[in-house]
Amino acid sequence: MEYVDSLTGFRLDGRRPNDMRQIRGEIGVVAKADGSALFEMGNTKVIAAIYGPREVQNKGQQANNQALVRCEYSMANFSTGDRTRRPKGDRRSTEISLVIRQTMEACILTHLMPHSQVILIEFLVHILLKFFMYFLPKICFLQIDIFVQVLQADGGTRSACINAATLALADAGIPMRDIVTSCSAGYLSSTPLLDLNYIEDSAGGPDVTVGILAKTDKVTLLQMDAKLPMDIFENVMQLAIEGCKAIAHYIRGVLLENTKQLECRRGI
Amino acid sequence: MLQSKSFVKKTKQGRVVKVVREHYLRDDIYCGAPSCKVCDTSASRLSNSASTILIVDTNVVLHQIDLLENPAIDDVVVLSVVLEEVRNKNLSVFNRLKALCTNSLRKFFVFSNEHHKDTYVKEMVGESPNDRNDRAIRVAAHWYQSHLGENTQILLITNDRENKRRAVEEGISAETVESYVRSLGKPDLLDLVVLSSSADVNMEDVEDHRPSKKKVIYSEHKPMSEITSGLLCGIYHQGKFRVNRYNPFEAYVGSESIGDEIVIYGRANMNRAFDGDIVAVELLPQDQWHDGKSMIITEDEDDEEEDVHLAPSSADDAPRSVNPVQPTTESVPPVSNRPAGRVVGIIKRNWHSYCGSLEPMPMPAGNAGVAHALFVSKDRRIPKIRIQTRQLENLLDKRIIVAVDSWDCLSRYPSGHYVRTIGQIGDRDTESEVLLIENDINSRPFSTQVLACLPPLPWSLSSEDLANPNREDLRHLRVFSVDPPGCKDIDDALHCKPLGNGNFEVGVHIADVTNFVLPGTPLDEEASQRGTSVYLVERRIDMLPKPLTEDICSLRSDVERLAFSVIWEMTPDAEIVSTRFTKSAIKSCAALSYVEAQARMDDSRLIDPVTTDLRNLNTLAKIMRLRRIKRGALTLASPEVKFQIDTETHDPLDIGMYQIREANQMIEEFMLAANISVAEKILNHFPLCSLLRRHPSPTKEMLEPLLRTAAAIGLDLDVSSSKALADSLDRAVGEDPYFNKLIRILATRCMTQAVYFSSGDLSPSEFYHYGLAALLYTHFTSPIRRYADVIVHRLLAAALGIAKLPPIFQDGPQLTGIADNLNYRHRNAQMASRASVELHTLIYFRKRPTDTEARIVKIKSNGFIVFVPKFGIEGPVYLVPKGNNGSDWVVDEAHQRVTKVGTNIRYNILQTVKIHMEVVEPQPNRPKLQLTLI
Repeated sequence: MEYVDSLTGFRLDGRRPNDMRQIRGEIGVVAKADGSALFEMGNTKVIAAIYGPREVQNKGQQANNQALVRCEYSMANFSTGDRTRRPKGDRRSTEISLVIRQTMEACILTHLMPHSQVILIEFLVHILLKFFMYFLPKICFLQIDIFVQVLQADGGTRSACINAATLALADAGIPMRDIVTSCSAGYLSSTPLLDLNYIEDSAGGPDVTVGILAKTDKVTLLQMDAKLPMDIFENVMQLAIEGCKAIAHYIRGVLLENTKQLECRRGI
Repeated sequence: MLQSKSFVKKTKQGRVVKVVREHYLRDDIYCGAPSCKVCDTSASRLSNSASTILIVDTNVVLHQIDLLENPAIDDVVVLSVVLEEVRNKNLSVFNRLKALCTNSLRKFFVFSNEHHKDTYVKEMVGESPNDRNDRAIRVAAHWYQSHLGENTQILLITNDRENKRRAVEEGISAETVESYVRSLGKPDLLDLVVLSSSADVNMEDVEDHRPSKKKVIYSEHKPMSEITSGLLCGIYHQGKFRVNRYNPFEAYVGSESIGDEIVIYGRANMNRAFDGDIVAVELLPQDQWHDGKSMIITEDEDDEEEDVHLAPSSADDAPRSVNPVQPTTESVPPVSNRPAGRVVGIIKRNWHSYCGSLEPMPMPAGNAGVAHALFVSKDRRIPKIRIQTRQLENLLDKRIIVAVDSWDCLSRYPSGHYVRTIGQIGDRDTESEVLLIENDINSRPFSTQVLACLPPLPWSLSSEDLANPNREDLRHLRVFSVDPPGCKDIDDALHCKPLGNGNFEVGVHIADVTNFVLPGTPLDEEASQRGTSVYLVERRIDMLPKPLTEDICSLRSDVERLAFSVIWEMTPDAEIVSTRFTKSAIKSCAALSYVEAQARMDDSRLIDPVTTDLRNLNTLAKIMRLRRIKRGALTLASPEVKFQIDTETHDPLDIGMYQIREANQMIEEFMLAANISVAEKILNHFPLCSLLRRHPSPTKEMLEPLLRTAAAIGLDLDVSSSKALADSLDRAVGEDPYFNKLIRILATRCMTQAVYFSSGDLSPSEFYHYGLAALLYTHFTSPIRRYADVIVHRLLAAALGIAKLPPIFQDGPQLTGIADNLNYRHRNAQMASRASVELHTLIYFRKRPTDTEARIVKIKSNGFIVFVPKFGIEGPVYLVPKGNNGSDWVVDEAHQRVTKVGTNIRYNILQTVKIHMEVVEPQPNRPKLQLTLI
């Protein structure tokens, strides 16, 4: 099949090879959560909700001097054309959960929140006597929960999830090094293509998903499960990075807009 | 702007799902007219002064592609909606249209109306997709008119009356194809116009010529839905329809559902199917499975008969044998166990254009008017085609190309239209052109883009080439080449050096074509399309441009050339001690011909170094050959002939068998060894994407004609393995010297041809090369004239770490596609060569009626087929005059002999007979070679 029309140079949906789909981000869609966001890339629609920082629920998972980040990825039953029941914790969603967690962990300043409630207590300790240490109340560790759910799937869900999570984390006010954004790029019909949709994704060609810290230009995520010659791979990856930067630019705009609204509401 | 398209689709499991896709509309799509003030004109393709721009609708493209291809039609806008519809309906027309749109000489512009914000139309409620597309075309035409203003006229060409009416209502000028072509004032263009028989064309001006004859000749094709359900429940069988090359009234449909071939006899049962169509077949009741009588002349509607042909060289070329031995008595109708059937529907047409000439006919009375003529294709498998022409007097003695348009059940012949003229019938150039076209061989000169890829001339070995660490300098070696006389594309050379330890260093040096043909360049694309050079009797059609073929790559003597070398160390017993591959630079010291090399080896007085090398190589080659034959390699024979051509007139002066010398066998042996070594190396490195060559073992059925002949003359052949066959062929020695060769020739034509394949597609047990008795084989030694070798060179270079593997090797299906194309091209090249020899044989015998000896190779009830060893041709000899069916000759199938009743005049198979060969012209412009017994 021809994924890029050789006569007109358009992709199946009318984009040029280095066009992204239409993106849209919205902050504050789940009132109950500490931070939440909705992110759309074309027909892919993802919702993210953040809970935390809050007390670690499972003591076994706690890390010593940094906050714990947890992530759960799921797909709504209605997210694809055929409505199938999706078991929780299947191989694919576990893998994507892990990928998103690692990507977000790389930009959240977890070391700033080792056990923040304890800071107060430690402060007390310093003021009071040192031997009171024995009677310290239990130290409480922190965790951040990221929930992402795919409402509508049309290719590039993991990129969309990462972008949504970034927006939601910013909404929750969690300290981050930088904005992480992600975008995919593929290589079909001998052309590097930006932001694959479902048809292009299921063509079986290589699909490179890249996540970067937009300002510092650091790669936090790079995935591809196909073979590609090195020089072509570099081109494809460069295209994906361009895509990430464009998304970062947009996300920054959304955040700025959001902050302005907050200012208005507070009447500053 | 964003639009979403949604539609409902049924999945493979039968569930119905709704699919929603995005559809982006853009404002950066340009109109392609250079005169436009608004758009970016850098990519415009239409002509500057275009006063009229044509917009064609889908049906016009589908039916009138021959007209569009004519250079008189230009400044055409092809809308993407049209392109898409054409793609879905007819892929071959789509490819032709695509070629038109990319051809820089033609002014065809593709406008993506589906993605333009002003021309996108949404399907309305209750509107059929066809109506929606027609509306989209009108909207786009309207947009063009308002976009380009009054100075340019936009003309919508449509044959759909309703569409035209609406267009005119909406203020767009529209015309039918015919009226537009008429307005151009070029009567010869009108022949290209296909007159559609459907109702939407004005039928008034197409007068019906044969009103009285309107009777149903063929049964109606079943509707598609009925065929699909019939296929599902097993009433019908689907398969590719192949007409017998030697008998156009007999066809085969290879059906997977019954695991056998279904035979179809007669035009009525064939029911308008063409060779290559995918058809649905219904089996006839078993009592009608009669055998096509094993007569040379078949149930005649027309007077078609077997022609004199070049003797086939493999099973693929040979006439198919249909007659299993059946005791036949006069009264009982012969019943065979081969299923017979009839075509009930055509699933996919394989119509294309055909070469041939018009059937001779008297000029119609009104000279200016339209004449109906019957076209006879050169390919006998194609029925006659009815065409309309306004230039009958010009066409009668010409070879022309005709395309088929339709075939309804009321007419005996399909109707088509004239495409173009090739030239005078009987003219050698015309006939050569015809055989190239028939075999789909591209003989056009190379395009400028392709020629731009060539290195600057004159080329010579540069210091950079030598400085390359991957390239070994072997210029000091005594390298020489041995080729046929007059060979200009020398792609292999050899050297042989005695080593201190008594062993020999033997090198095979192959022209380093991949150094000049880089992957992905236009040159590479072109070569990959051509696949192989084609050798005709009087000319050669190159795969690579002449400077590469004859100069830069050719390993000529006394010049420094780049090579890819295979170097072995061999013991004096020709055992390979070590193998080494390297890119190299060589300087050949002699380009010998086979005759020269043979003469040098035979002349015991010569002791110069080259001759010594030749003798050493020959000794090694003999041992290798012996070992190979012991392993079971077949020594097959094919009746190759060689022409001596007059240098001035290019007419053949003499023909004779091609003589094979020891020198030929010596070169062949080392090439085989090099190919096998390379095959092992590349398969080792790239088990999934190596291009190899395999030769499937012949099946029992394929060997049956050979066994039947052998049994008739009391010869016992063991065909259980290639080894057994080789041994029994060796034992088959008759009283005359030619007997063994004849048996070998008969054996060869039972085999299929070897084919290329990608190693990822088959399991290793299927890699076997039957003829050579080699586990692995590939082609490495002729990269100048075969593209397969170019691919293998790249694989080998990648295996050695010299170059990167081009990305196409990672794409399995694409590699399979390349291998299939190579097989197709290779086969066509062979067919063309054979056809060329046949043509020259005819020209040769035109002036020289000859008496000669021939051998009977097949017995028929009214004659026999003879093979003429001297000229390598094969043809029928009739014992009974044509039309006389009351034959007094009796065929004895078991002994393969034919006896005259009441006498003891009989002819046995393989018997030598004296025949007279003469060119006769039973019909004007149809010369053919006739063989008669003397």
